[in-house]
Amino acid sequence: MDTERCTVVVSVNGVRYEREVEPRLLLSDFIRHELRLAGTHVGCEHGVCGACTVLFDAEPVRSCLMFAAQANGHEIMTVEGLAPAADRLHPLQEAMHAAHGLQCGYCTPGILMTLVAFLKDNPRPDEAQIRAAISGNLCRCTGYQHIVDAVMRSVA
Amino acid sequence: MKPAPFRYIVAHSIEEALAAKAEHGEEGRFLAGGQSLVPAMNFRLVQPAVLIDLNPISELAGIERADGVLRIGAMTRYRALERDAIVWRDLPLITHALPEIAHPQIRNRGTIGGNLANADPASELPAIVRALGGRLRARSAISERTIKAADFFVGALTTALAADEMLSAIELPVLPARSGTAFLEMSRRRGDFALAGVAAVVTLDAEEICRNARLAYCGLGDRPIHATAAAQSLIGERLSEAAFAEAARLAQDAVDPQGSVHASKGYQRHLAGVLTRRALRTATERARHGH
Ligand SMILES: Cc1cc2nc3c(=O)[nH]c(=O)nc-3n(C[C@H](O)[C@H](O)[C@H](O)COP(=O)(O)OP(=O)(O)OC[C@H]3O[C@@H](n4cnc5c(N)ncnc54)[C@H](O)[C@@H]3O)c2cc1C
Ligand code: FES
Ligand code: FES
Repeated sequence: MDTERCTVVVSVNGVRYEREVEPRLLLSDFIRHELRLAGTHVGCEHGVCGACTVLFDAEPVRSCLMFAAQANGHEIMTVEGLAPAADRLHPLQEAMHAAHGLQCGYCTPGILMTLVAFLKDNPRPDEAQIRAAISGNLCRCTGYQHIVDAVMRSVA
Repeated sequence: MKPAPFRYIVAHSIEEALAAKAEHGEEGRFLAGGQSLVPAMNFRLVQPAVLIDLNPISELAGIERADGVLRIGAMTRYRALERDAIVWRDLPLITHALPEIAHPQIRNRGTIGGNLANADPASELPAIVRALGGRLRARSAISERTIKAADFFVGALTTALAADEMLSAIELPVLPARSGTAFLEMSRRRGDFALAGVAAVVTLDAEEICRNARLAYCGLGDRPIHATAAAQSLIGERLSEAAFAEAARLAQDAVDPQGSVHASKGYQRHLAGVLTRRALRTATERARHGH
């Protein structure tokens, strides 16, 4: 299949989208600009900061290091998909709020998507495991301690 | 930044991918995990005219054991290797080293084939495959061959693969009983490429005499370096701190650090010595007591 533009049919937060895209469109830009889901942030576009982390078939990945075309037929979850209802937060979001796990919030969507998947595999993590899990997410504000506190609180 | 335009070809079989590569040669690049290629494209350090996406080819992924050899498909992701029970049982060196490679999100996408084909001299897996005496399977539309790890890495970001070839699988011989391994590295932050790293393998006999040893390094040359004289010095010996110190001294002569703003050549050479001693200590312990 060779294409100038390619068709992407993708499920994002349980909603099906179909779009024609240029092959070079990054998944992060597709999510933000085409789907208008601006909760996924973009910091570096070379895989270092982790702000763009989304769940791709339930595993956290860098959306800046994939092309939108590669998402064809796959399932994505972004930070907008976490809260169970418009007036309720996900337990990890609650814990981040309670423990001051964010200041400017730029890194927060990527940290949440990383940790949600991590906690599924490791429901009782210790502090070292939590720090290893977010080693690929830069936060310029919190110094990480309050993020670790939030995770500990959410699993207590 | 954003990548330059390219033509996107989705390959559904190895044959389709190889036919596309034969047609486009150097102009076409395989897209594996994308964790090295896409950052380079975003910075426009590379601008391939054609991308051949290998991700849909399920026959390129998987781990199987036959005749004392683990065969790992090129598109097997780090994450699958990290979680695989056969790898843990037969080649725990890989399981021990994987958490040192990048971050969880990168390991969910990155592949062993993409890593080895990328041939970053600071990368862990090329040194590990070298230490394990691995063989790499290369396929083109018209031929298939096996390349020894010692011949595969020919320089920084350069391999023995021809323009029409794909790395299709990696074959790693399972180590004999009473073998122990260790991987150690020093990096500036967790998940960074190594300033210096070592993969050590030792095999003992029933009398605890060392029968085989291998020492391969990452970050200490333009390709993975095997310290042959250092490894040889251990063979026939009853392994002790004195033997480790002598091997460490010989290894420091074998490596060829390039130095950088983060680590001088002298510091890298110092690390080679310290890491060699520690890795041999651990590998020997594991050869005696398992894993
Ligand atoms: C933030 C960050 C940190 C990282 N840290 C580390 C680290 O500490 N250690 C480390 O080793 N790596 C690190 N990496 C790189 C990562 O391991 C990559 O996943 C890996 O180097 C490339 O594998 P890939 O599957 O993503 O390949 P790709 O990026 O898709 O491809 C890499 C190159 O190999 C070619 N290629 C891919 N597959 C094949 C094949 N089967 N046959 C022939 N050619 C092929 C491609 O055309 C391309 O030129 C890091 C990356 C990032 C973004
Ligand atoms: S924007 Fe993707 S990792 Fe920084
Ligand atoms: S809260 Fe500001 S970067 Fe993390």
